[in-house]
Amino acid sequence: MGIVSGQPRIRRRHPDWHGLLWVLPALVVYTAFVLYPLLQSVQYSFYNWDGVGEATWAGLANWESLFTDPEMLHAVGNAFALIVFYTVVPILLGLLGAALIRQVRPGPFGTATRVALFVPQVIPLVGAGIAWSWLYSQTGLVNQFLAWIGLGSLGRAWLGDFTFALPAVGVIGIWVMLGFCTILLLSGMGRIDPSLYEAARLDGAGSVAEFFAVTLPGLRQEIVVCVTFTIIAALTSFDIIQVSTQGGPGYQTLVPGVDVYRLAFLDQHLGQASALAIFLTLMVLAIIIPVQQLRRVR
Amino acid sequence: MISPLSERVSRVIILLALAVFGIVPLLSLLSTALTPQGSLPPGLAWPTDPQWQNFADAWSAANFLALLESSCLIVLGVVPISLAIASLAGYALAQFRVPGGPTIYILFLIGLTLPAESLITPLYYDLKSLGLLGSQLAVILPEIALLMPFGVFWMRAHFTNTETALTEAATIDGASRWQTFTRINLPLATPAWSALAILYFLATWNQYLLPLVLISDPSKRTMAGGLGAFQGQYGDNIQLLCAGSLIIITPSLIVFLVFQRSFVRALLAGAVK
Repeated sequence: MGIVSGQPRIRRRHPDWHGLLWVLPALVVYTAFVLYPLLQSVQYSFYNWDGVGEATWAGLANWESLFTDPEMLHAVGNAFALIVFYTVVPILLGLLGAALIRQVRPGPFGTATRVALFVPQVIPLVGAGIAWSWLYSQTGLVNQFLAWIGLGSLGRAWLGDFTFALPAVGVIGIWVMLGFCTILLLSGMGRIDPSLYEAARLDGAGSVAEFFAVTLPGLRQEIVVCVTFTIIAALTSFDIIQVSTQGGPGYQTLVPGVDVYRLAFLDQHLGQASALAIFLTLMVLAIIIPVQQLRRVR
Repeated sequence: MISPLSERVSRVIILLALAVFGIVPLLSLLSTALTPQGSLPPGLAWPTDPQWQNFADAWSAANFLALLESSCLIVLGVVPISLAIASLAGYALAQFRVPGGPTIYILFLIGLTLPAESLITPLYYDLKSLGLLGSQLAVILPEIALLMPFGVFWMRAHFTNTETALTEAATIDGASRWQTFTRINLPLATPAWSALAILYFLATWNQYLLPLVLISDPSKRTMAGGLGAFQGQYGDNIQLLCAGSLIIITPSLIVFLVFQRSFVRALLAGAVK
């Protein structure tokens, strides 16, 4: 320590061109396989192209149909509906779960709960989709459970049901996201200054008042991270839905990700697929950027 | 503070319900996978005569050996290179005055939110004209690129907070920047890059969209990508499908359970940064 004191920090004043070499490999791959295709997508969105013949200029037609074609409208609407399941419910349940885990004495029970909740987050979403397709099937566990509690008449093939397919897919989202939210909120609660709780208790706050006055504000950072992560997952969901319903029945569970795949690789409407893909990207940015500002307040 | 018994009981019940919700779908996969093929699975009960043979059948039906080899090839192609180039870039952006550094960093940050769907269509035609379509390289290259934003963000965040005293001392002793990086800072950053390695492994192993679109031969895909094709083929044989799903889930599960502590800790540290 003593040796360097008094000396200015060793840093070059001139632009460090040699340092750029260190960044170059990452930048080149990223540009070639992410940024460049992204710009191509923008370009494709103004053309009609079937992937084989000549592409013809389409102007804004592909973009207009995003707002007129029932298929697109369904896809975008469903993506927003999924936010309720991917984001709102997991955060609320996660807050509850984390608060309860904290009150349990550290030990095997708490650890087991945490692991059980987190496991869905690490397995392939394809596996989640298949597991739940089976649970939701006519002879699956959900219907068996309903029959067991005497509500067998409610049983149905959930993923094929026009009313319940979307909520059913949403529950898979809850299953996947709940662990991440719980664990993150739990660690956030661990970093809240205990003296704040003592102060609240001295002021006569009950556990509910304490939660709203101390815990919730203390978790701002973690909640923003949960919201960001889960909203991106909701809007860009593909795996679970492609595996479990492929967007059906009708357009009931169609989401932009599945529709892009469908339009580009099954229907060969590349221009339309690209317009939807870019719109999806803009939608994500338009929601995520303002959410980040919440981190900085105060 | 001792809470009343009723409160403690309801607490345990709610937590149990959450844990059951997390684990039952997987248990249901297991119990179904063990029932005799062609029978109607009785739900969540341990089968009286567990058919472990179903796993072997699923293994050969889906050609899992080829899938496993292919997945390993893809993971080996993706993870080490991604780690190396993300660490280099993250280090340089944190420690050097790279010309255009802030702009480059923002370019990477934008990538954090980019859905793979926004690239997949042009990627298909680009890789086709490069003659790579259908080979594992068609997944490896875009996957590395898609993993870059998070890796650069993660390693830069780590190297920004790194202790500078050692680096400065090494520089005074005449160590080059390369030596300082490889001999001092990289070893010190082991927790950061090993957590990143686990994340990269899981992301690659679980990748579905890229292999589905870019590799038409299911046996050259990742395990997750291959399962999609398997589902199409054996959708009616629920026992094989469940056994196959479990086979695919298991490696991710093992990696997670083995590295559970360090993984979760690192993930949390990174998420809040």
